[in-house]
Amino acid sequence: MQTYVIRRLLLTIPTLFGVTVFIFLIMRVLPGDPLASTGDAQRMIILTEEQAAAARNALGLDRPLHIQYLDWVADILRGDLGFSFFRTGEPIREMLQRRAPVSAQIAFFGVIFSWIIGLPVGIIAAMRRNTVLDYVSRVGVTVGMAVPSFWIALTLVIVTVIFFQWKPPIEVAFIWDDPWKSLQQTVPPAAVFAIGGGALIARMSRATLLEVLNEDYIRTARAKGLMNRAVLWRHAFKNAVLPVITLSGLQLAGILSGMVAVERALGIPGLGFALINAIDQRDWMVIQNLVLLFGVIYVFVNLAVDLTYAWIDPRIRYG
Amino acid sequence: MIEDQSSPGGRDVVTAVVGFCKTSGGPAARFYRSSPSGAIALALLAIVVTIALFANQVAPYDALHTDFTMLKASPTASHPMGTDLVGRDVLSRIIMGARVSLLVAFVSVAMGVGVGFFWGVSTGYIGGRFDLLGQRLLDVLLSFPSLILALLLMVPLGRGLGTVVLAIAVITVPGAARLVRSTALSVTQMAYVDGARAIGASSKRIMVRHVAPQCFAPMMIIATIDLGGAIFTEATLSFLGMGIPPPHPSWGRMMGASLQGMFTPPWWLVIYPGVAVTITVLCFNLVGDGLRDHLDPRLRGKLD
Repeated sequence: MQTYVIRRLLLTIPTLFGVTVFIFLIMRVLPGDPLASTGDAQRMIILTEEQAAAARNALGLDRPLHIQYLDWVADILRGDLGFSFFRTGEPIREMLQRRAPVSAQIAFFGVIFSWIIGLPVGIIAAMRRNTVLDYVSRVGVTVGMAVPSFWIALTLVIVTVIFFQWKPPIEVAFIWDDPWKSLQQTVPPAAVFAIGGGALIARMSRATLLEVLNEDYIRTARAKGLMNRAVLWRHAFKNAVLPVITLSGLQLAGILSGMVAVERALGIPGLGFALINAIDQRDWMVIQNLVLLFGVIYVFVNLAVDLTYAWIDPRIRYG
Repeated sequence: MIEDQSSPGGRDVVTAVVGFCKTSGGPAARFYRSSPSGAIALALLAIVVTIALFANQVAPYDALHTDFTMLKASPTASHPMGTDLVGRDVLSRIIMGARVSLLVAFVSVAMGVGVGFFWGVSTGYIGGRFDLLGQRLLDVLLSFPSLILALLLMVPLGRGLGTVVLAIAVITVPGAARLVRSTALSVTQMAYVDGARAIGASSKRIMVRHVAPQCFAPMMIIATIDLGGAIFTEATLSFLGMGIPPPHPSWGRMMGASLQGMFTPPWWLVIYPGVAVTITVLCFNLVGDGLRDHLDPRLRGKLD
């Protein structure tokens, strides 16, 4: 186990290095100069030559690329995330402190809700295999995996506005300041993610449970006269569910991806909305660091998934 | 599901077609037997593709024509899906949008899966340091949630049809490369590859003639599933205003444009394009699952 953990931890170093280089190259080399887009005539912000040169110097853009890259990484490691070009130069760190709790809460609830919906559906479908119940749940799962989450979000808004005259609050509300308002803001998007995530979990748990129920030791358990319920909960459930746990990683990726569009659809002031605003305004410092944040979160989620998997399944760590 | 109970005539036709599929021996019939839902989805997709090809003939109105006497009109007999904020017919725009969506999906997946196939076969066969480097590069691409990666690529590329295609192609590469590589790795271990090497075949020849064809089935399966994903991503990008530029009709863009201002969008501007996206993605997923069962049941666990 120890060697596996160490090897897996070491593997994240080149990945994180690659991630930073990749983001840096995309952001700097391809568009040429970040300031070129800020001094865009269409946006009515026209910098004179001297202003542009001064700004470039202040941002360190006149230095060689590898120095710029090292500067950026050093800044990040020191916890200095830079400033937004808009919003009167708000530090990005403050923006994160304001917006991240909302998004984190949505992701957390989203995963929990998916389990609450997905697991029972998967278990029932596997136990009642090839009955109407199974067919209905399979149709639901197939549709659930094809529906765009932002569309469900939009539909939800339309329905609640028409029938209840209710819309999610658009200003930031922390759960420790105003729990009721915060829940109003985070539960609807989490429920939206739970449809796709629940479908994924239902599908996987049905498949793994069916596989496990075919194993010899289950036949033995039945042969010694155990009740169906005991076979399911004592013997099959644990082995069937453990692989599904690792799905939460995949699901978090889905939520991170879907976050941008769902927050936009519901008007929720989270990190996804911040990213799309930054891209709209070509606020490159924010884009660069937000994308990095999304990437780093995802790398660590994958790491956590792999380690959990190795902890659960000895075949992985000795393989 | 397929029986049309309302008209006895229609039911007879369906029964006859289903009966034909069950007994005849063509490829379509064999596909139907191994995966009925996949075959039905394939038939539905054929209809969607036909509509997209003949969009100009099928659409009741010009999708770009704005009628200022009919702004935000709710669905009526003359506009079955209503009109949008500037008075364009929603049904016609959905029909034209099918063309854009499918075009983007097919081109980007062909590019992405093509590169992934080449990548997977070569790293899987050559192995060693080359493989290690290839894997680390894939790790980097796989370190981003796919939509975030697409958005990042859109920043320097700017909006537009071509850039959307390119961004979606890039996010399709790693999944395809990884799957093809794992197949290529196991094929390379097989005795007939050793045999080919023993009689003096060059590496290039072994890769092209012996390894690549074995990777074809998994490639087709992942390409079909990726097509659904590509439509999904295009819709999301366009919804965010990063995708297909106006005035081209695109399903995602239609939903995004309806959000302008703080007003709640009229329901017909949101529901219908979303249904179009869902049905198309659903069909590609079902065909992909069906293809997997049909071509290579061993992949069942791997692609879930």
